[in-house]
Amino acid sequence: MTLDRKQIEDIAMLARLSIKEDDIPVHQTELGEILKMVEQMKSVDTDAIEPLAHPLEIDARLRPDTITEENQREKNQKMAPQTQDGYYLVPKVIE
Amino acid sequence: MKYETVIGLEIHVQLATQSKLFSGAATRYGAEPNAQACIIDLGMPGVLPVINETAIKMAVKFGLAVNASITSPSVFARKNYFYPDLPKGYQISQLDLPIVANGSIDVQLDDGEIKTIRITRAHLEEDAGKSVHEGYGEHTAIDLNRAGTPLIEIVSEPDIRSAKEAAAYMKKIHSLIRYLEISDGNMQEGSFRCDANVSIREDGSSELGTRAEIKNINSFRFVEKAIDYEVERQIDLLESGKKVTQETRLYDANKNETRSMRSKEEANDYRYFPDPDLLPVMFSDELIKSIEQSMPELPDAKRQRFIDELGLSVYDSDNLTASRELANYFEQALAIATNAKLTANWVMGEFLAALNKEGLDISDTPVSADMLGGLVKRIDDNTISGKIAKQVFDAMWNGEGSADQIIEAQGLHQVTDTGAIEKLVDDVINANPKQVEQYQNSPDDKKGKLIGFFVGQVMKTSQGKANPQQVNKLLKEKLK
Repeated sequence: MTLDRKQIEDIAMLARLSIKEDDIPVHQTELGEILKMVEQMKSVDTDAIEPLAHPLEIDARLRPDTITEENQREKNQKMAPQTQDGYYLVPKVIE
Repeated sequence: MKYETVIGLEIHVQLATQSKLFSGAATRYGAEPNAQACIIDLGMPGVLPVINETAIKMAVKFGLAVNASITSPSVFARKNYFYPDLPKGYQISQLDLPIVANGSIDVQLDDGEIKTIRITRAHLEEDAGKSVHEGYGEHTAIDLNRAGTPLIEIVSEPDIRSAKEAAAYMKKIHSLIRYLEISDGNMQEGSFRCDANVSIREDGSSELGTRAEIKNINSFRFVEKAIDYEVERQIDLLESGKKVTQETRLYDANKNETRSMRSKEEANDYRYFPDPDLLPVMFSDELIKSIEQSMPELPDAKRQRFIDELGLSVYDSDNLTASRELANYFEQALAIATNAKLTANWVMGEFLAALNKEGLDISDTPVSADMLGGLVKRIDDNTISGKIAKQVFDAMWNGEGSADQIIEAQGLHQVTDTGAIEKLVDDVINANPKQVEQYQNSPDDKKGKLIGFFVGQVMKTSQGKANPQQVNKLLKEKLK
């Protein structure tokens, strides 16, 4: 199975990656190889096998509903490129 | 051509936990921006989510209340998309194995018909943060306090056939989550909001039409208006030979219209996969049983009990159980008053009217359930008449004390002393010889009406304190 140019562009858009026009054939080949492997896996009969959500066969540990975090805004916002009035600022997003 | 409307609702309910779904940060509404966003909520590298046990139990409670099955193991999945108020680049949600599956709820329609709406699923997920697009120039300001707050998303089957049914269903779910105490249901603060999937088809067709999804409706009134508008729009499209496109639309309450947000052409492909940071959640029978035992009486059961055991009418029972607050208020007042019908009348009459008049919620009432119960008790045991009771109620509302205190302080006891009433009756008869003559000369079937004049006069001179039944009886005897 090979992916066409449009599919490569769509996947790049979903992942917010900018790819060079010239590199598209390379991605077509590399992603195509992965899909081939997936095709191969799909041929295995899994009818009698329960889907596995996690490789460890233990269940989730739950935590009690208590507030354990203090306000660390000042510290956290030191890592941000831009803040104002307590908000994190990002380039304007318009729906 | 005739069309049938087909609607499915997705309702988002914010759970009333103290802390977030996967972190120990607080969920309190209205905090300073980002004061409740810890490094887990910010999606910092190296952090791990740990599931909030109370959130899980609340989701199970909801599932049990709608007779659904509880999925065990239940699995969390990542829903991938990019938006600045979602710092991880994915929302932790559920896809294949939601906690709650295959439930249903009965909704009463305007004509009294009971309709069952199937609930496909309800899953747990984390909320995103909030974006502020105005006031920051070339920037969008991000507040991540809400990021990670637990939600359940309740997805109905496309069983709803009109905007009114949609509102009735939404109200029923709202009442239920308040009864279960799993959410404050505050719609202004966004704790309860819904998306409506709306399509139309030719009457009698079994195929579904192309649907539009209306996002983020946060009131019962708007759900009706938004759907009505959308149905009209879709009919207009089809009638003029056009097609409905599958898209997401936003309801604008100011203009009363829906408009396109983004079409599915550029639709997101969320690439869900099980979250490797989280293990499957298992539910033992004991756990489910213990949650079952902690369930409060649900509205439908309460309504039935009011009818069967308290002897209230269907109408009264519907109204009193519409919200848990009102039902609690009534039951608490009844515990003191003991007369169910009289208590129901006072709660739904004087009490609700006074609340409405001042635009207050039950929680803000100056007349507590105990106080109202105390008043009704005094009407029931003939200490005061119903008329005087209204005066006492107003005084309680103005903070003048309990019913007994007010009755005592203002000397409002009903006069039941026969001698005293007899004197009042005699005075009225002596003062009105003309009316007495008219009464005595009129046929028996007119007397009932004419006696009202004398009763009125006696009640007036007694300032409403004479017992009306006694007054009536004495008048009849003396006027013979």
